[in-house]
This record gives sequence, C-alpha cells and structure tokens, in this order.
Amino acid sequence: MKVVLSGHQLATETKLLAEKLLAKHISSENLVLVGIQQGGVVVADKIVEAIRELQPGQTIEYGQLDITFYRDDIRQKIITPDEMHIPFSIENKIIVLIDDVLFTGRTIKAALDALLDYGRPEKVELCVLVDRKEHRQFPIQADYAGQTIKTGKTDKVKLVRNESGELEVVLISEN
Amino acid sequence: MQLSTRHLLGIKDLTKEDISLILSTAEQFKEVLQRPVKKVPSLRDVTIVNLFYENSTRTRFSFELAEKRLSADTINFAASASSAAKGETLLDTVNNILSMKVDMVVMRHSASGAPHFLAKHVPAAIINAGDGINEHPTQGLLDAFSIKEKTGGLEGRKVAIIGDIMHSRVAQSNIYLLNKMGAKVTVCGPPTLIPKYISQALGVEVSYNLQETLEWCDVANVLRIQLERQNQVLFSSLREYNIAYGINRQLLDNLNKEIVIMHPGPINRGVELDSDVADSKQSIILQQVENGVAVRMAVLYLLANRNK
Repeated sequence: MKVVLSGHQLATETKLLAEKLLAKHISSENLVLVGIQQGGVVVADKIVEAIRELQPGQTIEYGQLDITFYRDDIRQKIITPDEMHIPFSIENKIIVLIDDVLFTGRTIKAALDALLDYGRPEKVELCVLVDRKEHRQFPIQADYAGQTIKTGKTDKVKLVRNESGELEVVLISEN
Repeated sequence: MQLSTRHLLGIKDLTKEDISLILSTAEQFKEVLQRPVKKVPSLRDVTIVNLFYENSTRTRFSFELAEKRLSADTINFAASASSAAKGETLLDTVNNILSMKVDMVVMRHSASGAPHFLAKHVPAAIINAGDGINEHPTQGLLDAFSIKEKTGGLEGRKVAIIGDIMHSRVAQSNIYLLNKMGAKVTVCGPPTLIPKYISQALGVEVSYNLQETLEWCDVANVLRIQLERQNQVLFSSLREYNIAYGINRQLLDNLNKEIVIMHPGPINRGVELDSDVADSKQSIILQQVENGVAVRMAVLYLLANRNK
C-alpha cells in the first residue's frame, strides 16, 4: 500500500480545485456542485468547505448523487444503495460532478444517466481529485483534475481514513 | 449485503437483517419515485411474469408499476383468461412461461403453499403476492415501512391488528415481521375470527375488547372482513360487527392520544372502518399504497441481484 496523497496534500489539492472552479465560474449563480457517493461526496464536502473559506457568504447549491441503480456491473456484485440528495432543480444549471478517482469512466457515465433523470442541465463538468488517465474505457475526461497518476490496471486507488482519522488517497497493488 | 434467500415466499423465512435491508433499500426507491423521471435502468435485463390466480387490483398494479419503474419487461397472466381455465396444471403453466425465458415469477394463488411448491420445482425466483390464508409478505413489508416512516421505528412499537385474523394472510405476515423487529403485537376481534391457539403459536397478545386495545396501541392495522373466505357464519351480521368491532370517530376521539390507522384495502366502509376514520388525517391508508411500490421495487431489485 502506497500513499498517493497524504492528508496535507489532499487539503492542498481540494483547495486548488476550489480555486480553479471559482476562477472559471466567477458569477456562479447558476453553479451547482454534485458529489458522487461515496468518495465523491467526501471530496465535494472538502471543496465546498474551501469555497466557503475563499468566498465567505457565498451560497452554494450542493447535492449528493448515488449511482447504484444505474451501474452496468449491477449483476456482478451486490451493492446497497447510498443516499441520494438533490434538493433543488437542476434545470438549466451548470453542474460540476465531483468524484474522488476517475478510472474507467463507467461511474461517470452512470452518474450522467442518473443526473439526467432529475432534469436538463445547461452544462455538466467533471471535477476529480485523482485521474488514472491511461485506463479510460469511455470517452470521458475531467475538466478539473487534482493529481494525474500512473497505475497498473489491477491496482486500486482509494480514498480512505488512516489510523489518526485523516483522509488520504492510497494505491493498493495486487503484487 | 444480500438477502439470505433466493425467493420471497413469506416473512417467516426472512432474517431480521433481510427485513432491514429491504426496508432501507425501499427508502432509496421511494426517493426515485419523487423524481421527474421515476425510473431506473437496474432490471432492464430481467423479465417478470405476474401470475394471478386470484383477483387483485392494488397488489397487481403495485407490482406492475414497481417492475416498470425498474425497467424490467413484464407479462401479465390472469387465470380466468388463460389455459388454466382449460385445466392446465400450475406447474405446466409456469414451465411453459419459463421456457420463454422469464426470470422471476410474482404469484398470487388461493391455495396456501402454492408459491412454496413452485419454488421447489422451477428455477425462477418466486415472489409470493399472497397465498390463500398463509402469507402476503410484501404487504407485511410495506406495512412495516409505513409504520417506521410514520412513527420513526418498529422496536417497541405497540401494534394492534384488528378484525378477521382467522382468514388473513396480511395478519400472519405482519405478526411474523413485527415480532422479528421487536414490536409488540395484540390481535383483536370477535372470538370466532381469532384462531384459538394464536397466542402460543405466534407469540401475540389476544384481546376481544376493542376499546381496551385502542387505548393500548400506537398503531391500529384494521383488516378487511373476508366474506369470500368464510364458509360458515362467524358473526351474526355486518351491522352487528360494525357496532362491536368497527372503528368510528367517537371511539378515536375518546382516546387520550392520537393513534395511527392503517388498512391493507379494499375497505368495507361502514363495516370495519367508518368513512370519517378512513378519510381522516390519522389514517395512512393511501401512504401505504404509495409505499407499496417502493417496497416491491426493493424486493425485486434485491432478488434479481441474488438470482443472476
């Protein structure tokens, strides 16, 4: 097991992502952030926190998306659904989907399917903390990426809490 | 997490964990039903037959909607309009349907144990939608879901099941479920409609006094008088039943608390429930129907994943 992003680096990366988001969407009235369960929600929490620090007083609409019912591997393993929480209309909004790790692109494809059942947004962007770029199986790319890392196909990259309760991203290799 | 069973034949065979898993999954499906597009693609590779050997509107519509909202393909079978009327056996009918590549069977039958028999002899997943006077597991689950949603939980909740206990598969499924989840159950009705040994057999309290039972309970699940299953006279008249065991406004207003009124439908208005009770704010009868779709979606979803 190897640490890809330590707690400190993770805090820096999420802050950078928040800055990039704000830079692109200066007038962010139409902006909505949506974290994908479960890791994406954790990252989205951090980004929302960072945005509030950078621009105090700004209201940000923020939701959580669960993609369990939309997965294409639903019959290969049993997954219990997580909470879905989109307490606002996404009609004509600019949505930033947030996930922890971008790997094959299948999760994002499912998330887009799920999201569109809530309405028709004007635009959807993708923001990820870690990008495993060389393993994409769908034509999906991130608009905002923290770290791009080289990994083996069977490696697992996960957002976890270490013993002291600090969030970090680790790489687990089979060999 | 997955269910401990391949079929849903009765609450009797479920573990506490199974019930919790179904109820929590149903909460997520209830959210799906509030969306602009009330549909998910989870079961688009699954074909389901609704095999109804006995009349039903609510349960059949509820299952059919649940299947459609999960994107499953469905076919409907009503015994009266089929070869069953020509004398085909149950097993032959089902094997013929299954040879057309059907994955799951939702089944209602007037014979207790019919789905259990089928589960032994065919490879498909069987979901019991009511078998004779045995069980109606999805009704038990949706009642539990509704009680949990309305009162916050099941543990320690005092639930009265009132009316025709003798002929009620709904009562039996409710009793199994509530006992497993730690609720307290009292059955109440005329002695002729309550099985003599129910207290020992199922571990419930028995009361013949409606007033006392209502004073005790948090939730009253009022059952339909099932005239079609009674082959002898068990009470003298519907009017007399209403006077002794019917729930009316005055009875509820005299309690020092507000209890929740449930009914699995169809209601015999003016027999077991008066209209000013059935249509009041205390009644969650229509919420039960709404929750039924979410609960059945959860059952189908979890069983489809268990069977592929």
